[in-house]
Amino acid sequence: MADNRITQLQLYNAFLRRKRLVLIIAILATVLTALFAIGAGSLNIPLSEVVKVLFGQGSDLSQMVVMNIRLPRVLAAILVGAVLAVSGAVMQCVLRNPLASPSTLGVSHGAAFGAALGIIVFGGGVVNTSSAATAITIDNPYIVTLCAFLCGSLSTAVVILLSRVKRDLGPAGLILAGVALSSLFAGGTTLLQYFADETKISTVVFWTFGNMGAAGWTELLILAVVFVAAMVYFLLNRWNYNAMVSGADTAQSLGVNTRSVMLISMCIGTLAAAVAVSFVGIISFVGLVAPHIMRRFVGNDYRYLIPCSAVAGALLLILADTFGRLVIAPVILPIGAITSFLGAPLFLFLLFKGLKTND
Amino acid sequence: MIEINDINFAYNRNSKNILENISFDIQKNRCIAILGNNGAGKSTLLKCIDRICPVQKGVVFLDKENVFTMSNNVIAQNIAYVPQHNRAISMTVFDMILLGRKPYIKWDATTEDRQIVCDIMHRMKLDDFALRNVSELSGGEMQRVMLARALAQEPKLLMLDEPTSNLDLHNQHEVLQIVKNIALEHNTCVTIVIHDLNLAIRYCDRFIFLKDSQIYSYGGIETMTPENIEAVYRIHVHIIECMGVPVIVPFPDEKVEFDGAGAEAKEPLNES
Repeated sequence: MADNRITQLQLYNAFLRRKRLVLIIAILATVLTALFAIGAGSLNIPLSEVVKVLFGQGSDLSQMVVMNIRLPRVLAAILVGAVLAVSGAVMQCVLRNPLASPSTLGVSHGAAFGAALGIIVFGGGVVNTSSAATAITIDNPYIVTLCAFLCGSLSTAVVILLSRVKRDLGPAGLILAGVALSSLFAGGTTLLQYFADETKISTVVFWTFGNMGAAGWTELLILAVVFVAAMVYFLLNRWNYNAMVSGADTAQSLGVNTRSVMLISMCIGTLAAAVAVSFVGIISFVGLVAPHIMRRFVGNDYRYLIPCSAVAGALLLILADTFGRLVIAPVILPIGAITSFLGAPLFLFLLFKGLKTND
Repeated sequence: MIEINDINFAYNRNSKNILENISFDIQKNRCIAILGNNGAGKSTLLKCIDRICPVQKGVVFLDKENVFTMSNNVIAQNIAYVPQHNRAISMTVFDMILLGRKPYIKWDATTEDRQIVCDIMHRMKLDDFALRNVSELSGGEMQRVMLARALAQEPKLLMLDEPTSNLDLHNQHEVLQIVKNIALEHNTCVTIVIHDLNLAIRYCDRFIFLKDSQIYSYGGIETMTPENIEAVYRIHVHIIECMGVPVIVPFPDEKVEFDGAGAEAKEPLNES
């Protein structure tokens, strides 16, 4: 009988090793895709040259293209994808809703409204609209980013406010509040656009397309700090999330302060997503789809689901961005559209294969 | 030993009390049945003891220490609670039972934690279930997994909310026999909310009747009288003896008062 117990333990340890293997494979795939993405484009740089440049060697031209254009772009995709996916994974747990993602609490609509406000009202306007959409530039990016971040993170303030006013507010209440906020912001954006001239409307619409090239090294540093901070909190709470998956009463009986874990997780998730979205524009679907893809491989175990979701989000966004850059080069397709185009069929496929949810 | 002292609970400040002046104590190795009709506050009482529902008044002492001043983890190391409805979630049986070690886990589960889980699985006859998904289990298996999870907490007080409600006859007796053995072998107090009075008589040794938010009666088998049962459940019963075991036989056709809602009795029957 003792043998039987040892076998069970060995079986379980092998089961955990499989989950670690999934994580390692996902990380390797992301690194390889990132290297390919850095090399691919109108100036094709071979993989060996890319590696050389990353180690401080290679030709001047390659160095210029990689360090100034491609690397920041790929790093932005990695960080934004990881932040959105990890926030989505945690929100799906604490809100006990498989449809939860950073945009559930109105982050996307809030940021879009903020950007519209920055461009139309505060004059972060445009300087050159003579030709194609690529010529539209925002001449004061900081005001636009700041407005997008402030409005995007308004939902965080609403979460805190609602939890103060109505102490027994549950997950369903938070989701409904998010729906209401989204609708409010969407209405606000429409009104702003109604009174704006055509150029400004084009700029707002262009911003909402999403653009991975918008983030420079400063933005990347901020994004990295936000990502690390969010990951530390989420990973520290991974056992709490596992307990919360089995229901609020069970989690509380296991010593989890479900209310505070839910509120702090929501606030960190929405704030991190708001930072990401304010730098690169609206990126839909990654926060929703990436955790669901990884659930198929590692289940609802948040010890593995959190890092795996981050890697899957990063991988998805690099793929989407590279696809958008290459498919009809030199035109760069909007990344928001690509993520939706890739994400929606993938999501439908998962749905038909039986979505693994918290329930 | 657990001492429950003058507990009062209401969901809102202005609403009616769900529990009023509840006081009793539980000795080690004892199995206590909490009885009462639907809405009497049985489940709420368990949640109040485990601080899931914060009480307005009253304290719970565990070995003379105030439970309500303990940290969440310390409470979870001392009190385990299995709710009435357990979600059929997508998680392996091993992971679910390992959750019971959560109050002890600092950063990650140690080999000792995993070994404890293996031992409990073996004791609960769950050896072949380690990697099975909880959502694929039958009602009886699920209940055994939930009990195993609670046992992994190594609690001094184990509280179960209607553990037999969805089980067939065989599983009802099997689960309660396991619970009774736990109480005896692990020096644990066990509190069970249960509707089946015959199961309660068979596996529990103390009985608390809740009625109108208060304790109507508390004691040993001597409290299991037709009068008490009729007063609490508003149904006429006979108690007969079968092979030395008292058996409660309900006779609903005799002198039953229906008040429409069926939730709370307006007046107890005066039937003798």
